[in-house]
Amino acid sequence: MNISGWIQLILFTSILLAITKPLGLFLIQVLDANGKTFLDPVIKPLEKLTYKLTGVDPKKEHDWKQYATAMLLFSLVSMLFTYVILRLQAVLPLNPQKMGVIIEHLAFNTAASFTTNTNWQSYGGESTMSYLSQMVALALHNFVSAAVGIGIAAALVRGIARHTAKTIGNFWVDLVRSTYYLLLPICLVFAIFLISQGMIQNFKPYDTASLADPYTIQVAKVDDAGNAVNGPDGKPVMVDKTIDTQTIVQGPMASQIAIKMLGTNGGGYTNANAAHPYENPTPLSNFLQMLAIFAIPSGLTYYLGRMVKNQGHGWAVWAAMFVIFLGGVLVCWHYEAAGNPILTQFGVDPAGGNMEGKEVRFGIFNSALFATITTDASCGAVNAMHDSFTPLGGLVPLLNIELGEIIFGGVGAGLYGILIFIIIAVFIAGLMVGRTPEFLGKKIEPYDIKMASLVILVLAFSILGFSAWACMSKWGLPDPVTHQLTDGTNNNGPHGFTEILYAYSSCTGNNGSAFAGIGTNTPWYNTTLGFATLFGRFAMIVPILALAGSLARKKRVPESAGTFPAHGPLFTLLLVGTILIVGALTFFPALALGPIVEHFLMHAGKLF
Amino acid sequence: MKTIFKETLRAVMATLVLAVILCGIYPVVIYGIGQLLFPHQANGSLIESNDRRIVGSEWLGQNFTSAKYFHPRPSAAGSGYDASNSSGTNLGPTSQKLIDAVKAAVAQYRTENNLPADALVPADAVTSSASGLDPHISVQNAQLQVARVSKVRGLSIDAVKAAVDKATDGPSLGIFGEAGVNVLKLNLALDNLATK
Repeated sequence: MNISGWIQLILFTSILLAITKPLGLFLIQVLDANGKTFLDPVIKPLEKLTYKLTGVDPKKEHDWKQYATAMLLFSLVSMLFTYVILRLQAVLPLNPQKMGVIIEHLAFNTAASFTTNTNWQSYGGESTMSYLSQMVALALHNFVSAAVGIGIAAALVRGIARHTAKTIGNFWVDLVRSTYYLLLPICLVFAIFLISQGMIQNFKPYDTASLADPYTIQVAKVDDAGNAVNGPDGKPVMVDKTIDTQTIVQGPMASQIAIKMLGTNGGGYTNANAAHPYENPTPLSNFLQMLAIFAIPSGLTYYLGRMVKNQGHGWAVWAAMFVIFLGGVLVCWHYEAAGNPILTQFGVDPAGGNMEGKEVRFGIFNSALFATITTDASCGAVNAMHDSFTPLGGLVPLLNIELGEIIFGGVGAGLYGILIFIIIAVFIAGLMVGRTPEFLGKKIEPYDIKMASLVILVLAFSILGFSAWACMSKWGLPDPVTHQLTDGTNNNGPHGFTEILYAYSSCTGNNGSAFAGIGTNTPWYNTTLGFATLFGRFAMIVPILALAGSLARKKRVPESAGTFPAHGPLFTLLLVGTILIVGALTFFPALALGPIVEHFLMHAGKLF
Repeated sequence: MKTIFKETLRAVMATLVLAVILCGIYPVVIYGIGQLLFPHQANGSLIESNDRRIVGSEWLGQNFTSAKYFHPRPSAAGSGYDASNSSGTNLGPTSQKLIDAVKAAVAQYRTENNLPADALVPADAVTSSASGLDPHISVQNAQLQVARVSKVRGLSIDAVKAAVDKATDGPSLGIFGEAGVNVLKLNLALDNLATK
């Protein structure tokens, strides 16, 4: 844990803090159907045209059921749109590499995953997706799933801020305005910046480079039909193959990566995601990508404060998020910098830290910071392979996801997620003093607590339920004797279990990062993980909209001496405590079987 | 029922309109501006040889195994530095395969660079990167390879060290990230020194 790391951490925090208020103020205008922004002269005509083409009346607001219906229908239609393009990519244009048909279960998983802002990838982008699939089928959801998230958060905030009201906003207006005024303009600037750093943006076929130093590898011999040839001993016959070229990936990357980060999507253009030198060329591009993840979620806390007319509440929520974020970074950084004691025994310099699965230009600190941020939020882009982190370094991203990704969180998703925890925290505080809990002038009643509990239970049920099923079934663990996973080539022991747990946590949490050693491109994994993403998104959003509707209908109760203040350090502390206790009680047993036991085994030198 | 039908129609229209703007106009505008302002980067930062053949990209590491070249980190991308299959090993810290691979790499690194049997080896030299295409090695790793390269090439230590310094990308703006030596650029520069 070196000085340069501390300086970068302080710099990151300062800039994040500095952009929170301006972004929050901007969000207030964006999320108001009559809001005014400096972009109006350019974008207003486009907004009006879109309403006209889609037949939307921006003056008409939705009650929670209408809002939910519109949101679900839009998600369903746009998911089908993506599914169809993926299935047809082989015959569609913009496919210079002649990428083939995407099989049903992979297309379902990918469509579900991108629609829900998860961006779990059972495929490697550069070897699977055509330019059209990347640019249209996938990047569309990078924008709209983020905009839907922002809309839901705004609807819930309106529910809190309004009283004796029936409506919580218009879904289509929230969708269009978030996309046009917020996401698109920032992406236009950000994408150009990313190109300046070395990111590609073109439509040409992949290039071929001739190597200065050709080398020879051993490959299995194949006959004319493409089948491996076995020798008399039954083993495949190996032949020498000279590698003298390198295929260089091309395509429209920058436009997609800008929204991938800003919209906390995280789906990589390439298999290596933000670790790929094209997808994250310099430490500076890395820094701004991290900032892009947290920018809107951080701004939304200010938006919350301003909307409920209690800026102290907004900052108290920001502070609670920041405290857990900081804790995560420091733990992850500490364990990654300490390195793997087993490797030290064999002569690896411990000063370098755990460099397996990390890039030299990012080093230990920026890998740990990125891993924490991407899982605090529901981004899921990775600039280092979480699977190769030390056990406790890798515990941090996993736990972040399991806490519900409410530490700044996904765009919109982070805010509505933490509001659920706030309701629970206020409820607990109410129980402690024996009063009906109140939150910002609203009585919190059984219906509200039921909806909030439902959200938390869906998360736990989907993560633990699916993980348990995978561990107990022949599809999750094909070989009951060796307990080897899927393709039988990667990690065993507690680390193998962590890979499964991480996969369902990531999908249910709509994160999308992976302990990527697990090969999930099988019909069973693609289907169950796809459903986990859908539960994690829609089984949470619908109760949240119901809660928004319920809160909006309530009368305002005047503050009294017994009202628990929703601002200040005591509130922050209560909120942090609630998040950690709920998360720990739910997931500690599973974590003990995975990363925690692995930590002790690693120090005992046990290998798998 | 009628409202559901109307909302579905609206969802279809919204998907199409947004797709045109976000997936048609937006990426093409970025393409146009990128090609205008930063054509080198937007097309992959390709490096061409004197006879106009593409020899690589500044950002993508390549495999070098000959003694006269600086060696990159181990790579899990395809058969090694396969830029169409970026990947890390994804092996966990208690994986037997990881430990075996690192052990072998440590032994090879010590032999190649004529280091004592108990010398500590830089972590990046024996571990695989996240992308399998890491263009950089650490400065410490490069320094340990200088003696070998200068001996094989018959160049002075100082000349090779100067080439290493020239190929070192510092932290961005002096603050962000870590310094690293770009292996491909360094090796191509050494080849150019030799032909002069």
